[in-house]
Amino acid sequence: MAAELQLPIAGEPDIVAARQAAREVAKRLCFGMVDQSRIATAVSELTRNVVRYATDGRGRVVIREVAAPARKPGIEIVVADDGPGIADVGEAMRAGVTSGAGLGMGLPGTKRLMDEMDIDSGPGRGTMISIRKWQR
Amino acid sequence: MPRVPILRFGPTLIATVQEDLYDRDALELQEALTTELERSGARGVLLDVSIVETVDSYLGRVLRDIALGARLLGAHTVVVGIQPAVAVTLVELGLELQGVRTALNPEKGLAVLQRLYRTDRAQRGASRGR
Repeated sequence: MAAELQLPIAGEPDIVAARQAAREVAKRLCFGMVDQSRIATAVSELTRNVVRYATDGRGRVVIREVAAPARKPGIEIVVADDGPGIADVGEAMRAGVTSGAGLGMGLPGTKRLMDEMDIDSGPGRGTMISIRKWQR
Repeated sequence: MPRVPILRFGPTLIATVQEDLYDRDALELQEALTTELERSGARGVLLDVSIVETVDSYLGRVLRDIALGARLLGAHTVVVGIQPAVAVTLVELGLELQGVRTALNPEKGLAVLQRLYRTDRAQRGASRGR
């Protein structure tokens, strides 16, 4: 298993750094151009949420290769912060990308770009979102 | 020095969007284009995004807002060179850039703008003739 990559999020430049790093890992794992774009864009969406809405705009990103039985390798990205958390994850997932500012904005769009998305969040305990994409 | 220089070519402003703009650079581009439209009286904006590999919802919205703002100033906007992978991603993201004219490349985009300028002139001529 390849080593995982950890990046801090502390401001706008880290949005670009995180999505570039994710694209590089995706490229190395032989994902195609469209999947590289999907993965980089998903990371951009999630890290921007951290910069905009988490406490002091701070958080962290972990990028790693993942394996599962009878599957080609995949990529997993975990974006976490210690911000205010998402009060209603279900509602955040129903809201459209254009539904205005707020926590969890753009989550449904991000999910559509990936194969899997898990959200662990609640008021006052931060947010941890894991996204995965598998090679076909 | 802005990260996206704006060129003037006849009645058209041309900006080549750089890869991996920070959010504030994108906003700066929007403001600079609006200012330049007002100052120069240009009638069209050609936005070349052919080297941009990642268009997320933020940059997508800025592109849309540039087009909407230009329209309020009486100018047309054409976004050219969207990479195929970016196009697929934008649709899945749910951001289809409604109301934004697009063309495959700068040449085709300029042709679209020329057509729009001619239509505008014809309409102005017709309303004067009444």
